Amino acid sequence: MLVRDAGEKIGLKLLAGEAGTSREITGVYICDLLSWVMAHAGKGDAWITVQTHANIVAVAALLELGCIIIPEGVEVEEDTLRKAEDEGVPVYQSGLSAYGIAKELYRMGIE
Amino acid sequence: MEDIKYVFDVKKDDFVRAGETSSKVKKILRELGIDSSIIRKISIAAYEAEMNIVIHSTGGQIVLEITPGVIRITANDRGPGIADVELAMKEGYSTATDRVREMGFGAGMGLPNMKRCSDRLYVTSSEGTGTHIVIEVDLKAGEQGE
Ligand SMILES: Nc1ncnc2c1ncn2[C@@H]1O[C@H](COP(=O)(O)OP(=O)(O)O)[C@@H](O)[C@H]1O
Ligand SMILES: [Mg+2]
Repeated sequence: MLVRDAGEKIGLKLLAGEAGTSREITGVYICDLLSWVMAHAGKGDAWITVQTHANIVAVAALLELGCIIIPEGVEVEEDTLRKAEDEGVPVYQSGLSAYGIAKELYRMGIE
Repeated sequence: MEDIKYVFDVKKDDFVRAGETSSKVKKILRELGIDSSIIRKISIAAYEAEMNIVIHSTGGQIVLEITPGVIRITANDRGPGIADVELAMKEGYSTATDRVREMGFGAGMGLPNMKRCSDRLYVTSSEGTGTHIVIEVDLKAGEQGE
């Protein structure tokens, strides 16, 4: 499933990085510890995290993650969005909890 | 392929630009057509080395070297050094401050990630001289691009 289609279907708000939304989402990874994400997240994963500083974009770009999803309506810093735009890393915001987002992604067939 | 060498400066506490050096390293390797699983390993190891310079040191450099058989990342900083390297290598060991931990750093997995992603990891450090890290990943035939 394309990042763009997944984002639209579950009503995620795209904050930046539209250029990357034609990528494929192949899994989901939830964690707020960056080294842990570095060790375990896979290429194409939708990464759900409450971290909002610019370094999350570097992590997502290095690992070629599908997108970043910020849960619970947490606000994202300008620096982060600028970097996401530059790197073409989609950053979405959702009012749902991390578990709520994961459930929706699972329902759409991302297992 | 001729030997290639790039040197990048890494500043302490610059969390906005942190990660840019590893991104540059990744782009260089991709342009050379290096195998994607090798790029992934080097990207992870370089990121951890870069972040350690940003978080734990007073600043330093990352060097990327590409030779026919080996990709090497060297991280050098100006201090303060690691008192007990063996302890620092343990998963979960971290001296990161609360502020840095709140940002999601300080899981104590950086050096273990470097080890896991490399064929050889050398860490030399002492209080006074700074930390010197060498990460090597071997390139087999077919992985080294053009
Ligand atoms: N370049 C460095 N300069 C000084 N201390 C370092 C450096 N790199 C690592 N350390 C020390 O080793 C510890 C473990 O490093 P690491 O495994 O990367 O975990 P973390 O960065 O999450 O603390 C650090 O908390 C720090 O005490
Ligand atoms: Mg570290």
